[in-house]
Amino acid sequence: MNKAGERLINGLLKENPTFVLMLGMCPTLAVTTSAMNGLGMGLTTMVVLALSNMMISLLRNIIPEKVRIPAFIVVIASFVTMAELLLEGFIPALYDALGIYIPLIVVNCIILGRAEAYASKNSIIPSLFDGIGMGLGFSLALTCIGAIRELLGVGEIFGVRIMPGSYVPFSIFVLAPGAFFVLAALTAIQNYAKIRGEKKGKDMSKIQSGCSEDCLSCGDGGCNHKFYDDQAGKEEA
Amino acid sequence: MSDLKKVSANPHIRSKITTSTIMLAVVIALLPTTIYGIINFGMKAAVLVVVTVAATVLTELIFELAMKKRVTIGDFSAVVTGLLLALNLPASAPWWIGVIGGVFAILVVKMLFGGLGQNFMNPALGARCFLLISFTSIMTNFESDAYTGATPLAALKIGENVNVYNMVIGRVNGTIGETSMIAILVGACILLLLGIIDLRVPGTYIVSFVIFLGLFGGQGFDWNFISAHLAGGGLMLGAFFMATDYVTRPITVKGQYIYGVLLGLLTCIFRVFGASAEGVSYAIIIGNLLVPLIEKMTHPTAFGKGGAKK
Repeated sequence: MNKAGERLINGLLKENPTFVLMLGMCPTLAVTTSAMNGLGMGLTTMVVLALSNMMISLLRNIIPEKVRIPAFIVVIASFVTMAELLLEGFIPALYDALGIYIPLIVVNCIILGRAEAYASKNSIIPSLFDGIGMGLGFSLALTCIGAIRELLGVGEIFGVRIMPGSYVPFSIFVLAPGAFFVLAALTAIQNYAKIRGEKKGKDMSKIQSGCSEDCLSCGDGGCNHKFYDDQAGKEEA
Repeated sequence: MSDLKKVSANPHIRSKITTSTIMLAVVIALLPTTIYGIINFGMKAAVLVVVTVAATVLTELIFELAMKKRVTIGDFSAVVTGLLLALNLPASAPWWIGVIGGVFAILVVKMLFGGLGQNFMNPALGARCFLLISFTSIMTNFESDAYTGATPLAALKIGENVNVYNMVIGRVNGTIGETSMIAILVGACILLLLGIIDLRVPGTYIVSFVIFLGLFGGQGFDWNFISAHLAGGGLMLGAFFMATDYVTRPITVKGQYIYGVLLGLLTCIFRVFGASAEGVSYAIIIGNLLVPLIEKMTHPTAFGKGGAKK
């Protein structure tokens, strides 16, 4: 169970998909006009991510290496369709607010990335928790961005008035440019904390990622292995 | 061999012109426009100008002190940015608009990209567009003590007649610094005579704007219509004081002509086909974004390279 806890922390902080890995930028920038939208998008993605990680981990010995990407996409798309139908049935307001970005969860690179980098190489329980951890990290990031944009752009958080009545909202923050400003500022704060941590002697550059080999700095481990193997196979053929 | 020549590293010829003298000249050239704006719109405009300039200078000072960098407020570039931003605000805007705009211009557009010389966009115009999108109703509210009703360009847009004579003098509604064509041209002449700016960018900008307006404006080359468009809005202020910004215009001569034509075309498109009456600031910042491409396209061949291939 220790492994599961480590996976959760990894997804939330060390390898936060939005602020550290810079994955899934399209929904991050597009739907975070309010805290509620950000949270809804994050949680929907988390459910899909956890379930698809689990399913892909179960199927990892059956899926042939060469068609793994289409196989992953089929699994992910099935869960996204379920999530879409459930949202439409039970939370229609959120369904309307997120719009086209719900079906687009299929091509969210966080989900495919975790399937490729972690779930296809690890057993079911760690994969499930990896999905939950990554999903929570994504939800946290999207809710933060959404809350800041909503606070500055409308003066509310989760629809509750925070700013005094005389506050004139910066409407740019609920428009597209505001998403870039807030994302950049939050990433800068995160980087600042990381750099300061490094200066204090804590080595935070060695981020351990899921695939036991570190994808960010590995020379020929995990993902690259696969690439070389494919190349070698092609050359032989 | 007895008389040794003095050997030193280049540069060997130094000019007395520094960044501060250039910026100071721009401030002086902006003074006629500023003073006219204050006379035209009253004390509220004066307060706005002072607050905006103070905001830009203080932001630069505080940022550089906090980041332990060399303090560069002595080069007056922050003053120029603040002054240009204030001249682009309507006189009815509350004082905190100037503060937010000033902080945004210096902090986000200029300092975060590395300070003077590194900014990819004119800070004053970046801040104006930020304010325009954020506080649309305040930034397009031109009701002041001196004037009520639409700006001449807005009136022109809905097909009303405008008095071109008043527009040239500046007795019309608009932002603080854009109304008087004469005051702006006096400042522009100062800069041209001092050699701070040349006519390449403003000249091609204005000429191409006139040509495009004649072609697409729907009124042909009607002199009254064209001169109203030239005197109205921020065209003159933008062409002489903002499009000529050393940092955000192309460095190559050919590139400057392309840049000027591009600005004329964009301004005409925004004014004629756009939803709002004015488009100079958007035209110039889009032009700023294309400057790296223009420079790459017009990069001159180094001496000895190129030439006829045998």
